[in-house]
Amino acid sequence: MTSHTVIDELKRNQILDLLEQGKRVDGRALDEAREVSIEINAIPKANGSARVRLGDTEVVCGVKIQPDRPFPDTGDKGLFICTAELLPLSHPTVETGPPGPEVIELARVVDRGIRESHMIDVSQLVIEKDKSVIGVFADNVVVDYDGNLFDACSYAATAALLSSKSPKWNWVDDAPALVEGEDVDVPITTIPVSVTMAKIGKHIVVDPNGDEWASMDARITITSDSDGNICALQKGGDDGFTQEEIVQCGEISVRVGAKIREKLKAAQQGGQ
Amino acid sequence: MGGREATMVLMDENGKRCDGRTVDEPRRIMIKAGGLKNADGSSYIEFGDNKILVGVFGPRDVHPKHMSDTDTGILRVRYHMEPFSVGERKNPAPSRREIEISKVIKEALEPAVMLEKFPRTAVDVFIEVLQADGGTRCAALTAASVALADAGIPMRDMVAAIAAGKVADTVILDVNNEEDQAGQADMPIGYMPNLEKITLLQLDGVLTPEEYKKCIQVGVDGCKLVYELQKKALNDKYFGNKGE
Repeated sequence: MTSHTVIDELKRNQILDLLEQGKRVDGRALDEAREVSIEINAIPKANGSARVRLGDTEVVCGVKIQPDRPFPDTGDKGLFICTAELLPLSHPTVETGPPGPEVIELARVVDRGIRESHMIDVSQLVIEKDKSVIGVFADNVVVDYDGNLFDACSYAATAALLSSKSPKWNWVDDAPALVEGEDVDVPITTIPVSVTMAKIGKHIVVDPNGDEWASMDARITITSDSDGNICALQKGGDDGFTQEEIVQCGEISVRVGAKIREKLKAAQQGGQ
Repeated sequence: MGGREATMVLMDENGKRCDGRTVDEPRRIMIKAGGLKNADGSSYIEFGDNKILVGVFGPRDVHPKHMSDTDTGILRVRYHMEPFSVGERKNPAPSRREIEISKVIKEALEPAVMLEKFPRTAVDVFIEVLQADGGTRCAALTAASVALADAGIPMRDMVAAIAAGKVADTVILDVNNEEDQAGQADMPIGYMPNLEKITLLQLDGVLTPEEYKKCIQVGVDGCKLVYELQKKALNDKYFGNKGE
């Protein structure tokens, strides 16, 4: 996906020409995200899961919930860890092996968006203070690539967390003991939604597809919470934004994010 | 970077912060251009208790060769923290955090450097954090811009950087380590004052839309302060103390 071909140059010219007329290659409005389809509980063996398609980008996220040791300085809080991985079947240029800077950034940005929104109330995930806590692990795998993995992974992880049921543990004989058949809800406080925008020439487009992704000059991912506050942001790409553009992107992210939050809620209720 | 006292007062009743600064007061900033003999360009910055050294090499041959680009030069950035730079010893191998920061700093510098003038070459920027105290990525980006200028690499502008943030429900400039750990939001900003472009922007923490706008404004204004110090550092090296 990083390799730049002659075809990419031609596509960029086409995309730019269309944008000058206020149009996008796939006919969407500039501030319109692609169709999101969310399948909840796609992986029954996980404690929560979701299979999300954002246009032709597809991500599967599974949540595993299990007892873990707390970090030494936060013994009164459970763990939340979110990862993301590109599978080799997702695109011909993806190779096996350790993740490169782009995939590391992807995983960290998706994790940060959910973490900083305090979606999961980790203070409720304590089995025995300083000794044992509950860890919530949301692992994303990208199975099909058509741009904007940030949002696809973020929606998949959020949907999977919303669908999660946590087993229950008691502290018995200095060890966590599973309480059979007593699944409880994961403590959720808010629904974070990330919205990624690409800057192509002077234009800002929401949810860039693969061709737009390859043609963009810079990008920005902004996560907002259920109250319409902004809780995480990451700028990327080899160009900059003006101050006005950054403010405008903040407004777009809250507005577009609210629509997608409704879809996440609908998927959660449909799965129950 | 170790536990924090939950009782720490981040802002007292007089609006003074935990290190005695006012809300819009940056820490002490000292930038020096040059200093390394072998590097083509270098700089050293002290930003509060951060101490960071930057060396720049190039434009030079690209190794491995397949990384070279026939249309343009390439920029490579390594941000690295010494094992002794933080409270508990840090594993010297590059962490995922350092790889991400290297990437965002590279992307923040890219719009400033005229790489297209040097096809098939690489410009390497090595950032070594000798001591860290919150806001290293901003200090590193600020110093890297000065080191690139010191190397004589043609640039459109320099990138100045500083973090805005929120502690005790107040928007502040230049988030220190304590404020980063215990505060409500941290927003590092990199800005090119002449081109009026934001090239680095991250945020963690919750901001209302109004606070978001204010943070960006405070950050951009802070960057303009830092920019003057960058220019002064270059002035001091190349024109003595004669000034402008």
